[in-house]
Amino acid sequence: MSLAAAITARGLGKAYATNAGEPIQALTQVNFEVGVGEFVSIVGPSGCGKTTVMRILAGLVDGYTGSVSVGDRVVRGPTSEIGVVFQDANLMPWRTILANVMLPGQVLRLDKRACEARARELLALVGLIGFEAKLPGELSGGMRQRAAIARALLHDPRILLMDEPFGALDAMTRDNMNVELARIAAEAGKTVFLITHSIAESVFLSDRVLVMSSRPGRIIETIPIDLPRPRSLDVVADPIFAATVLRIRRLLEHSTAANPHVTLAH
Amino acid sequence: MTTQEHLATRDAPSVPSRLFRWRPLPDLALTAILVAGVIGACQAAVAFGIVSRFVIPLPSSVLPALGELVTGGTLGPHILVTVGEAATGFAIAVAIGLTLGTLIAEFRVVERILYPYLVALQTMPKIALAPVLLVWFGFGLGSKIAVAAVISLFPILVNTIAGLKGCDQGRLDVLRALGAGKWDRFRLVKLPNALPFVFSGLSTAVMFALTGALVGEFVGATRGLGYLIVQANSQMNIPQVFAVLLVLCAIGTAAFGLMQLLRRRFLYWSPNEE
Repeated sequence: MSLAAAITARGLGKAYATNAGEPIQALTQVNFEVGVGEFVSIVGPSGCGKTTVMRILAGLVDGYTGSVSVGDRVVRGPTSEIGVVFQDANLMPWRTILANVMLPGQVLRLDKRACEARARELLALVGLIGFEAKLPGELSGGMRQRAAIARALLHDPRILLMDEPFGALDAMTRDNMNVELARIAAEAGKTVFLITHSIAESVFLSDRVLVMSSRPGRIIETIPIDLPRPRSLDVVADPIFAATVLRIRRLLEHSTAANPHVTLAH
Repeated sequence: MTTQEHLATRDAPSVPSRLFRWRPLPDLALTAILVAGVIGACQAAVAFGIVSRFVIPLPSSVLPALGELVTGGTLGPHILVTVGEAATGFAIAVAIGLTLGTLIAEFRVVERILYPYLVALQTMPKIALAPVLLVWFGFGLGSKIAVAAVISLFPILVNTIAGLKGCDQGRLDVLRALGAGKWDRFRLVKLPNALPFVFSGLSTAVMFALTGALVGEFVGATRGLGYLIVQANSQMNIPQVFAVLLVLCAIGTAAFGLMQLLRRRFLYWSPNEE
């Protein structure tokens, strides 16, 4: 990689204890780098440990082996250089959308005024102008997830971690959110690390796709995506897109013959 | 009636043919009819000697009995005593319940030390403590406040613990990923998240506090609505007993209304609220 590394994962491994006594090896020898400003996805079947990778990077998991570096600093535990978007929007239902987006500022003791100004900018970026005073319960799932993205960006982290952020949305909303995410990532100039089980989503969004296999979870291949940006949804008709999706699909089929949960569909 | 007709009725209420159309009675009217029916039946049953007036008072004698209590000037002070006892007991229970509940939910050590006692206490009917509390705190207000506090403590305590422990892990992860400390996680997520539970505990507890104050007065008192009931009962003044019950009904309703008001103020965001 010629780019400077934003995230470096070296030999990540994680075992979970089970009631049966025999520990389950969720991850083993996971190595990868994400360059500054790069958009990298991990794609893999359900239960392959991709969420565990994300949680280790976010500092939410203890007792793993290997190391994670952000920039050139080894981190254990959460760091403010990373913003996280979870599978569920996880907004606080008692806070208005604006107050939800401003939450990281409160935790990190940032200047309140500056936070509010930035929160309003971000709400504009994610297309939620006019919803500042609404409660999360009044918004659709897609809008809540946009607010969660704005919240993850509030403290201006250099890296955005996303764990199947659109998994709970319907196909149409999901397509639109993917187009939006590509735009937001480009405009905000962030390094993005996305976890997904949708091959098409990973190919559409990423510069590189890491293909994961399960039991134990490991990275079996790194696929560069040579499609020009900005990409519109029409890119699915591009032969390179189709060939790349097929290639990843084959890889996953070979590695998870007994566990064919991976689908092309969004 | 179709929707269109409905709209037409609303838009043009003065159309004569609509005025005489039969409309279904609202539920409230049915409730009123039921109450009137039951009272009427009681009145008849007692007036014709089917039921003794020492079992059920003549309904028409309850309001005069109430009037007598009001004009006699005794009712007001008795109400103040009972409400004061219940409110003080409730306030103590809220303070102890929220503090102890928070400590138990947040600190494993506290939980491990106190939990066995809590389970033991919870399975015991707290009302049984009333005579002991009378001995400990005397015949005055103290023992009634103590009974009210003891029995209203548990719903608050149990719900506070359940609310804090049942916190949504996803929301906590948002704070953890920001490196938030225990205090920030508590004040920014856990506490507001627990409020719906806390409020349902408070709603139960406020009624328990009133019950506690009354039971305390039953056991031994010289003032209060519980004392008034015991007195009237021993004099076979059944209409007065029922008059006091009406007053208690009104106090209970007011307390419930107050809790609902607070709920709406603090839980505007909760989907359980209409």
